[in-house]
Amino acid sequence: MAEATQELLTTADGRPLKAALAAAQSRAKRRAFFLVLPLLLFIILTFLVPIGYMLKRSFEHDGFASSAPALVAWFGENRGFDPADPPEEAYAALVEDLARMQVEKTTGMAGTRINYSVPGSISMFKKGAREAKNLTPPFRDSLIAIDPEWASPALWRGMASASHVYTTEFYLVASDMKLNDHGWARGEDKERIYLYLFFKTFVISGIITVLCLLLAFPVSHLLATLPMAKSSLLMIFVLLPFWTSLLVRTSAWIALLQEQGVVNDLLVGLGLVSDEGRLTMMYNMTGTIVAMTHVLLPFMILPLYSVMRVIPPSYARAARSLGATSWTTFRRVYMPQTLPGIAAGSLLVFILAVGYYITPALVGGADGQLISNLISFHMNKSNWSLAAAIAGMLLAAILALYWLYDRLIGIDRLKLG
Amino acid sequence: MTASAGTGDAAFVEFDGVQKSYDGQTLVVKGLNLKMPKGEFLTMLGPSGSGKTTCLMMLAGFETATNGEIRLNGRNINQVPPHKRGIGMVFQNYALFPHMTVGENLSFPLEVRGMAKSDREARIIRTLDMVQMGKFVNRRPAQLSGGQQQRIALARALVFDPELVLMDEPLGALDKQLREHMQFEIKHLHESLGITVVYVTHDQGEALTMSDRIAVFNDGRIQQLASPADLYERPENSFVAQFIGENNKLPGVIEELNGDKALVRLANGELIDATAVNAKEKGGKTLVSIRPERVEFKPEMMPEGAHMIGAEVIEVIYMGDILRAVLKVAGTDDFVIKMRNTLGQTRLSPGQKIKVGWHPQDARALDP
Ligand SMILES: Nc1ncnc2c1ncn2[C@@H]1O[C@H](COP(=O)(O)OP(=O)(O)O)[C@@H](O)[C@H]1O
Ligand SMILES: [Mg+2]
Repeated sequence: MAEATQELLTTADGRPLKAALAAAQSRAKRRAFFLVLPLLLFIILTFLVPIGYMLKRSFEHDGFASSAPALVAWFGENRGFDPADPPEEAYAALVEDLARMQVEKTTGMAGTRINYSVPGSISMFKKGAREAKNLTPPFRDSLIAIDPEWASPALWRGMASASHVYTTEFYLVASDMKLNDHGWARGEDKERIYLYLFFKTFVISGIITVLCLLLAFPVSHLLATLPMAKSSLLMIFVLLPFWTSLLVRTSAWIALLQEQGVVNDLLVGLGLVSDEGRLTMMYNMTGTIVAMTHVLLPFMILPLYSVMRVIPPSYARAARSLGATSWTTFRRVYMPQTLPGIAAGSLLVFILAVGYYITPALVGGADGQLISNLISFHMNKSNWSLAAAIAGMLLAAILALYWLYDRLIGIDRLKLG
Repeated sequence: MTASAGTGDAAFVEFDGVQKSYDGQTLVVKGLNLKMPKGEFLTMLGPSGSGKTTCLMMLAGFETATNGEIRLNGRNINQVPPHKRGIGMVFQNYALFPHMTVGENLSFPLEVRGMAKSDREARIIRTLDMVQMGKFVNRRPAQLSGGQQQRIALARALVFDPELVLMDEPLGALDKQLREHMQFEIKHLHESLGITVVYVTHDQGEALTMSDRIAVFNDGRIQQLASPADLYERPENSFVAQFIGENNKLPGVIEELNGDKALVRLANGELIDATAVNAKEKGGKTLVSIRPERVEFKPEMMPEGAHMIGAEVIEVIYMGDILRAVLKVAGTDDFVIKMRNTLGQTRLSPGQKIKVGWHPQDARALDP
C-alpha cells in the first residue's frame, strides 16, 4: 500500500492525474475569469485607481521643482551644502529663478509649495520675484536687504527638500511637524491642529458608536423577536431615514435643537430652564454627536438584527430552566452570541463616522468639526497634496482598525446583514 | 386500574383543570387533569400540534396557564418564574450554548447557584462520566456529533440534581440505531437516579419502551392515561387504538348489548361477538378494533370460541422477519394480518380465499 501511493497517480490513458485535472479545469477557470473581468475592470477603474492616485498625490508636488530649474540644478550638484550659510552661487541661482517665476507667473505655485513647510514663504516669494530683475550682485546681500528671512536656514532646507518632486513632507506637516532652522520638529502647541483633530475625530466617533450601540440593541432585539407583521412595520421605521435626504434629516435636527428650537421651547415652557439659560445643542460638538448618531443608527441596527434573528429562543429558555435570572441569561448567554453583530455594527459605524463630512459641516459649528472637514478645507484651497496626506493617514488608521478587528474577532465572523 | 400509580396525596406533579389559549380564540389545551407520583417516567404521546409541548412549557414556566393550576410537590407554581422551579429540561435542538465549552455548559447551572469551584468540577466530571462523555470537557458543542450533543444536553439537565426533568422530543434528530440506544440509556438513568421524568414524543415505539405511563394526547385532551401494556391491549377509544400500534377496524352497528358483551352487525350483514368498551347503546354505530397479531387464519390454530369470517387476500408484503397480508374482510379492504417468516409458514397469494378468526375478547367495540 505504502509503495503504491508513492507512485505518480495516472489516469486510465496514462496521463499524470494532476495534469489531467488541471487541463479539465482550465477551460472552466478561463470562462469564470472572463465572466468577472468587466466587474474587475470596473473596480480597478472606479476604486483602486482613484485611491492610488490620491496616495500618489500625497507624496508628490512639483510646484517648486518645475518652476526653479537653476536652483534645482544647483541643489543637485551641492547635496551637502550648509543651509545656515549657502554660497553666493546659490543666491545667484535663486535670483535667476525668481526672475523667471515673475515672467512665467509661477511665483504663487512655488511659494505655496515652500509655504507648507515654512509658513510665510508665499509673500516673500511674491515680493522677491517682483524685484528680482532689478537686483544686483552680490545677490545674497541684495536679497537680505529685501527680507532678512532669505538667509533663514529653515527656508533653505525647505527649498532643498522642495527641489524633489516626491516627498514625505506632507505627512510630516499633517503630523503637526514644522521645519525650523535645524530641521523638522514638533510645532508649537497652539499650531498643532492636525493630530488634535485626528484624536478628537476618533473620540467623537467612539462616542457616536457607543450611543448607536445603546440605542440599536433594544431596537434590534425587538425587530428579531416581534411577530412578523409588527417587526416589518418597525423595520420600515428603521429604514425610513434611508429614504429621506440627509440634508432634510439634518435640517430637522437644526429645527429641533437650535436655541430657538422645539426642544429648547419645550424646556422653557415646562420651566426646566430659564429663557436666558437656553441650552446650546446645535452648531457645536453636541449637535454633531446627536445628528450623526441618528444618521448612523441603521448601520448598527441592521447587522445586530441579522445576528439576533438567528439566535433561537431556546437558548434563553435553556438558561432560565438551568436557574439563571433574566439578567444573567442576557449577560452570559444572549449577549455573547450577539458579539459578531456588535462588532460588525461598531466597526461599520465607527469607520463611517471617522470619515463623515456633511453632518459636522452643517451642524458642527466651530468645535464640532471633524478631520474630514479639514480635508475638505484643504481641497477647497487646492492644497491637494496635504489633503491627500491627511486622507492617507485616515486610511491607514482605518486599515489598522480593520486589522485589529481581524485579530480580535476575525473578519470571517463579520455579519453585515 | 390505569390511574393506580397516580392517585392519593402523593402527587408530585399535578395539572388541575389546566386550559391554555395563545390567541384568545381557540383552546390549545382543553382542561388537563394529571397527577404524577415522584419517580415516575411519564410520556406525553400524540400527533404534532396536539398540545404536548405547550403542556411541558407550562410546567417549565415558559408559558402561563390561561386557567387552572399546576402544582409541584403540592405547591401552586403558576406564579413561580422558570429559574426558581428547579426543573431540568432537555430541548429538542439541545440548546447547548455554542460559545461555551462542554464543561462551561455544565458549570453554568452550578455557577448561578453559587456553588464553589472545586465542588463544581467534581460534579461536572461525575455527571459527564454518567453519560460517558468525560473526555469531552473542553470541546465546543459544534465539535460534537448529534448523539454526543444529546448526551451533553442530558448531562446539563441533570448536573444540578433536579428532582423533575422534562424532555421535549430529545431524540427526534438522531438516527434510528442511536435513538434506540439513547432510549435505553435515558431509561437507565431514570432508574438509577430516581428522578421524575416527563417525556414528550410523537413516536409511539419510543413511548411504549420507555414509559411507566403514557398520556395519549389529541386535540388538546388526554385521550387515555395508562401503562404501555394497557394502552396497547386495552385502548379505550378508536383514536388510541389507531394511534398506538397497527390496528384493524371494522365499522358496524350494535345489535345487542349485554354488560361488556356486544353483538355487532358488520357492514356486510355478518354478526360478530365483541367486547363492549366504548359502545354506549343498542343500535348505535361502532368501530370494532382488532390487533393484526391477534388474528388467526389457520383453522388448526384458531382459539376456542373464535368467530370465523371469510376473507380475500389482496396483497402480501415481504418485510423480512414477518409477512404482512392485506385482506378484504366484511367490506373493508385494508384488514391486515401478520405471519412470522418461519420455515413451514403457509404462503398466501393474492386472490386466495381464506377464513380469518379471533377471540371475541380481542375484538373491542369502540366509538365510531
Ligand atoms: N407560541 C405559540 N403561539 C401561538 N400558537 C402556538 C404557539 N405554540 C404552539 N401553538 C399552537 O398550539 C398548538 C399546540 O402546539 P404544541 O404544544 O407545540 O403541540 P405539539 O408539541 O404536540 O406538537 C398548535 O396548534 C400550535 O400551532
Ligand atoms: Mg412539540
